[in-house]
Amino acid sequence: MTRTRPADPSTNRSKSTGGGGGTTVMRVIVPLQGVVQGRGGLVLGSLIPCALFYFLQLYLKRHRSNPNPPTPPPSPESESEQAGQLVELPVLPRSLSRALLSPRGAGGPVYVSGRANSVLKGGESPYDVGLRKVAEDPYDELGNQNGVIQLGLDENKLSLDLVGDWLVDNAKDAILGGDELGISGIVCYQPLDGLMELKVAVAGFMSQVMGKSVFFDPSQIVLTAGATPAIEILSFCLADSGNAFLVPAPYYPGLDRDVKWRTGVEIIPVPCRSADKFNLSITALDRAFNQAKKRGLKVRGIIISNPSNPVGSLYSRESLYNLLDFAREKNIHIISNEIFSGSMHGSEEFVSMAEIVESEDLDRNRVHIVYGLSKDLSLPGFRAGAIYSYNKNVLAAAKKLTRFSSISSPSQRLLISMLSDTKFIRKFIDTSRERLRAMYLKFVTGLNQLGIECTKSNGGFSCWADMSGLIRSYSEKGEFELWDRLLNVAKLNVTPGSSCHCIEPGWFRFCFTTLTEKDIPVVMERIRKISETCKSHS
Amino acid sequence: MRLIVPLQGVVQGRGGLILGSLIPCALYYCLQLYLKRRRPSKPDPPSPSQSSSNLAELPRTLSRSSLSTRGSMGRVRISSRVSWVAKPNDSPYYIGLDRASEDPYDRVDNPDGVIQLGLSENRLCLDLIEKWVSANLMESIVGTEGGHFSISGIAAYQPFDGMTELKVAMASFMSQIMGRSVSFDPSQIVLTSGATPAVEILSFCLADHGNAFLVPTPYYPGFDRDMRWRTGVELIPVHCRSTDNFTLNITVLDQAYSQARKRGVKVQGVLISNPSNPVGNLLSREMLCSLLDFAQEKNIHIISDEIFAGSMYGSEEFVSMAEIVDSEDFEKSRVHIIYGLSKDLSIPGFRVGVLYSYNESVLAAAKKLTRFSPISSLTQRLIISMLSDTRFIQEYLQINKKRVKDLYDLFVAGLQQLGINCAKSSAGLYCWADMSGLIRSYGEKGELELWDKLLNTAKINVTPGSACHCIEPGWFRCCFTTLTPEDVPVVIDRIRKVTETIKSSS
Repeated sequence: MTRTRPADPSTNRSKSTGGGGGTTVMRVIVPLQGVVQGRGGLVLGSLIPCALFYFLQLYLKRHRSNPNPPTPPPSPESESEQAGQLVELPVLPRSLSRALLSPRGAGGPVYVSGRANSVLKGGESPYDVGLRKVAEDPYDELGNQNGVIQLGLDENKLSLDLVGDWLVDNAKDAILGGDELGISGIVCYQPLDGLMELKVAVAGFMSQVMGKSVFFDPSQIVLTAGATPAIEILSFCLADSGNAFLVPAPYYPGLDRDVKWRTGVEIIPVPCRSADKFNLSITALDRAFNQAKKRGLKVRGIIISNPSNPVGSLYSRESLYNLLDFAREKNIHIISNEIFSGSMHGSEEFVSMAEIVESEDLDRNRVHIVYGLSKDLSLPGFRAGAIYSYNKNVLAAAKKLTRFSSISSPSQRLLISMLSDTKFIRKFIDTSRERLRAMYLKFVTGLNQLGIECTKSNGGFSCWADMSGLIRSYSEKGEFELWDRLLNVAKLNVTPGSSCHCIEPGWFRFCFTTLTEKDIPVVMERIRKISETCKSHS
Repeated sequence: MRLIVPLQGVVQGRGGLILGSLIPCALYYCLQLYLKRRRPSKPDPPSPSQSSSNLAELPRTLSRSSLSTRGSMGRVRISSRVSWVAKPNDSPYYIGLDRASEDPYDRVDNPDGVIQLGLSENRLCLDLIEKWVSANLMESIVGTEGGHFSISGIAAYQPFDGMTELKVAMASFMSQIMGRSVSFDPSQIVLTSGATPAVEILSFCLADHGNAFLVPTPYYPGFDRDMRWRTGVELIPVHCRSTDNFTLNITVLDQAYSQARKRGVKVQGVLISNPSNPVGNLLSREMLCSLLDFAQEKNIHIISDEIFAGSMYGSEEFVSMAEIVDSEDFEKSRVHIIYGLSKDLSIPGFRVGVLYSYNESVLAAAKKLTRFSPISSLTQRLIISMLSDTRFIQEYLQINKKRVKDLYDLFVAGLQQLGINCAKSSAGLYCWADMSGLIRSYGEKGELELWDKLLNTAKINVTPGSACHCIEPGWFRCCFTTLTPEDVPVVIDRIRKVTETIKSSS
């Protein structure tokens, strides 16, 4: 072994001031002899860690909010030779005595957190701008004929009259009666993950909506204040900050917020193409997975929406099996958002992920279903969402996290009676589907007459329209221009494909369920004017 | 001379050898070890590690047929940040709550059940609420008879941060509660589904992962979950002592701040509860001013949780942080107030919380984050009409105050007969009792033994001071507002039995 003790600093100084490089080399002790033995060990074992350490220190120094004054070096006369070292800085005494700072004056603005800033920085996406414009100047057949027509919000107003009638007849009994607890049943603290009666009722409703053969176990349900927090809680539970989910694109614009904002999780879009009718291909999924791995990202799961939002297509039984196989192969989770499963207007049959998982003895721990009453019961204002999971740990954690997203008890009581009124529910589902189908057909026919084709869709409140023939440049810019004209000239708020991370430009989502039948000609007329100006220009 | 000096520059100084080379090398080595461990078990190359350049490239066997499909594989993992959230509760606060809800006391049906004194819930005025709700429910939801009923007002999407009407009603309710001189601006209100998410949203907005808040102890056990769980923010306890009647001392606060800085932790704010939970005392006007001075000096935030502001039974006057900020020339943007209707209007089941902030960035971010914690519009409609019914509110506040005070007097007198004294308090739904005379060993262990005996032998769920991070052992929080006056003798009797066994055995 060489010497392992550092040289005495005084001799060190005297020699280094007088001597050249050679003496310095002699005196230096090899710190890493063991590592240096092997080939390449010198570089890998010592230079790299030292360099890393150096940069780490630099980094830490930068990020100190209030840097301490540098301690004066012990031997300025020798060290000053070293180039680039500023040692002559006058050392300021720290002046933190309270008298020196003018209290109640300017102390500089107080900082908010970096993550709050990133929430704010995102600015307004076209999706937000559109919603804001509608809120500012909503169309009204009588009161405001030049207002903006809402086609950007997933909300079903077609069957609200049924809900309204039911409320008028039953609200009081639902909230106050029915339970021997009386008032304490609604005003006192209740389990934050939802009342057991409501879980039972929601499980029954889900079975009814998703096909009778599927059974949902109430004990696997966690209720949240809307599907939005349900997705966020799953994102918290399944992935750590810096991990990622694969999401087939186009996808619902709000998903970026729900999954990413507070959790630090990333979304990797898996592009689907019009040539495949925007169906997911496992090859594309696999490619995205491998690319993410190469970038060093850990993929923790896949998030699908079935029926898909915005396209409205369904996953076939076969593709669900393939997805499960893929998830098993990579040992990742699947979140299946089935919030539109009761809002079907096509002829195809909806297959829930629950049915696939139940029918065979698959390992279920990786499957999580998101549901809610906002769409299928047209009650978004009630904020009732659900996580249905087969994973005990996820359920246990999610139950505790509902302290941040619980449903208020009067709404829970009301929903319990509404869902238990089987006669009403059956009538509601039938009527709602019928009206949805009629509206969908009318709207799509209207678009077709203008030469705008939609993808074949079976569920949901929107149609996914191909307007690439109307955009001037085949790019996101062209799409954005058309969206802007639709919003500001034609006064129609639609969602552009780019907001949904669609890879092909020129696609738009039209939510038609906030309209009445009388509105359709108005919408079509407005689109026609725009398409004519587009055509006359080109 | 074949050896190359890797670290010449660093080694020059004194101590440079160790600091500059040994430490990084050791760290690097450990990092590699760690990374190796964490890798999902990859098969190691079979050949010896030297001369590995001509290893035969193994073909990757990821073809799907070779994996036993639909069979067993490694269990899929949940995220590490919630793996400890998923574990069973270990805090006595939550264990006690679970026990009390599994086997609740009922005078007639279950006289041997656990009596709940651990949940700060006010059940003294449920009759008033019930009367109002049954008289006004339909009107507030559906509208007045003959008027135009719009189902979209309830069923459709509403702003996530609360309806403007509710914000207006809430602002005037808060002024009424917190003293007429304070006016609250509805545009500075963000409504959330309970105060719990309001606290969490502030924690997200004011601090980043790894930052910290200073919190005077003893503090509400739920803060650990609300402030820390998902945000990765730390809470640094600032200890208050019984000799000061558990009031905050700025010197101690300053010490805690400096210590945190020394540890390299960035302190982003102070979190206080006023009236304090669990002690029930108030922060004086001077104390609030010095707190603001302190925050200004350090350039940090203040979160003031004033959720018990309307549940006063003492003679002292409550001073809201809003009043101080309004009346004096402080920089307002660092002040944030938490409020809610769960305590003062005894409707925790409705889940209505308030975040009141003077900081525009915080308000803007919080509004966006309410998408995860909105209040159901049905409930909002109900509360709008409840808060707008000024006659009812006035009557309610008066009666509630009297009932809380009466029960407080009864309960504290009962404890005093057993020789148990409570800290001086003016507000809240609880009292903070000194049972240090009853614990066998003066430490956390002794306190938990007593808590266990109270829960399992006497069947009383109280919150031990250690769950509130109290530095002195032997203090317990007893929430008395879930009781009826008839229950008080039962509780006192159960405690008496425990004290007797303790005294006889010692």
